[in-house]
Amino acid sequence: MITMENVCKSYRIAKRNAGFQAACKALFHREYEEVCALRNVSFTIGDGEMVGYIGPNGAGKSSTIKILSGILTPDSGRVTVDGRLLFGGKVHGSAGRENSAGSGFQVSGGIHEYRNVPGSGTICGCDVLPSCRPSTRKEKYSRIEHVRRIGVVFGQRSQLWWDVPVIDSFELLKDIYSVSDPVYRGNLEELTELLNLKELLRTPARQLSLGQRMRCEIAASLLHSPRILFLDEPTIGLDAVSKLAVRDFIKRQNRIHGTTVILTTHDMQDIEALTKRIILIGKGRILMDGTLEDIKKGGASMDETLAELYRAYEI
Amino acid sequence: MKKYLSFFRLRFAMGLQYRTAALAGVVTQFFWGFMEILVLRAFYEADPTVYPMTIEATCCYIWLQQAFLALLSANNFDRELMGCATDGGIAYELCRPVSVYDMWFARNMAVKMSQAMLRCVPILGVVVFLPEGYGLTAPRDALHFLLFLWTLFAGLSVLIAMQMILYMIMFFTLSVEGVKSFFVAAIDLLTGAVIPIPFFPEKIQRVLELLPFGAIQNVPYRIYSGDLTGAQMRRAVFMQIFWLAVLASLGKLLMHRAQRKIIVQGG
Repeated sequence: MITMENVCKSYRIAKRNAGFQAACKALFHREYEEVCALRNVSFTIGDGEMVGYIGPNGAGKSSTIKILSGILTPDSGRVTVDGRLLFGGKVHGSAGRENSAGSGFQVSGGIHEYRNVPGSGTICGCDVLPSCRPSTRKEKYSRIEHVRRIGVVFGQRSQLWWDVPVIDSFELLKDIYSVSDPVYRGNLEELTELLNLKELLRTPARQLSLGQRMRCEIAASLLHSPRILFLDEPTIGLDAVSKLAVRDFIKRQNRIHGTTVILTTHDMQDIEALTKRIILIGKGRILMDGTLEDIKKGGASMDETLAELYRAYEI
Repeated sequence: MKKYLSFFRLRFAMGLQYRTAALAGVVTQFFWGFMEILVLRAFYEADPTVYPMTIEATCCYIWLQQAFLALLSANNFDRELMGCATDGGIAYELCRPVSVYDMWFARNMAVKMSQAMLRCVPILGVVVFLPEGYGLTAPRDALHFLLFLWTLFAGLSVLIAMQMILYMIMFFTLSVEGVKSFFVAAIDLLTGAVIPIPFFPEKIQRVLELLPFGAIQNVPYRIYSGDLTGAQMRRAVFMQIFWLAVLASLGKLLMHRAQRKIIVQGG
């Protein structure tokens, strides 16, 4: 089970106007803008659930995935995975609870809406306290323990070693995750067959096409049989056949191994094919947490429905 | 430990692929070595009485330095690591159940060792046949040779620990080019890569030998020929271990602070 409670994350971004004059001015005086990637994001995802995490560009999808995979430290809030505290330090009791009660929680037509009431003494609507800086030793321990049990695919980056055959990368991952021989062989066989990798394993990663590489990337994240799989735009750049193969595969993984899958994508067909539950995020806030049926309207296509939804929330 | 070893193996095998780069390196290092020896011989011939080393020890120093340049040169950075703070490659590194510091340490060691392995064989193979006073002579004795191997390895570790600190700074400043060029110039001079440390004025020499700079190439190349021996040698061996411990702790501390601050943007 994954829970996020009142998670906030902001980035400081240096901004300036175009042109040489502005550049010179920025040498002496720099203007920063606090950009809130996430504001009081809270949700709970049960074991074996498949959740689509959607939102327009820059909504905070990837930030959430990065926090859940332990890469990014949130400014405040609590994150627990399978009951283990990933971020959040001590239990902050009433302070946090009050806040979640303060954010208007309404149920309207099956759609749960979260509206945060920006309180006073906050940075961009987020609680400044409680801080999420757990004691140093514990944090490191839990990052390593945590990542052992998750699999992550970042659609836009590669985890395969560029210059060596894919199988070498796999063998290395086996050692890094301390996967035992029989488990590794079993997983590799299954993945090779389902994702059709047989021809690709002996090729250097740099000579694979995007779609071929993506199939290998997905396999690479599953070699250690993770309980939770984070997929950040996994079907980016895939052809129709590969897309279907990847979708089937993810569904099967969920059905047979009970893997919890959290998926971000802009491809509504992915969402339609894979997930029942969708969480909509916009401007760093959770706007909706419901099912596909909740937002579907008559004969409109998924993309139209979604665009309509974005407009309705003004995001 | 096994994970770091297999990572080391993979990077090492990868490094052995780049044959053309190695060949180019070998040619450059021959030229450079000859040039340095000719310059230092000119000094020697001008006044042998003030020359701080024997001419054989000088030649050993220069040729070993050229043969193992990839190992102990301050300018040899891992370009992929240099970029990984800005291009977001760090994202995957952080979702592995390993210590990023140890992983990068193993990686640096593998890359440098594989590069040196390819380059040192042809260079050493030629310079042992050069006439005395120009070429590489045999090590002083078996003990000194073993200590040479050990201190070469320890010196490599000290250098990597030093470079790791620079990689860590990259997380705080994003671009390291400025810090890097300063760092490389300073280290090249202070470690004795430009001129061996015995050629420095005596006071500076004494200070450098107490600093981590004196614990890199100054130690193995001078032990080989017996230029560094006895109590001084024992102190140098100890200083290497001391600085490795200090620099590695500092690097790990920085890594820890950097990890909290990491922002992986886009995508």
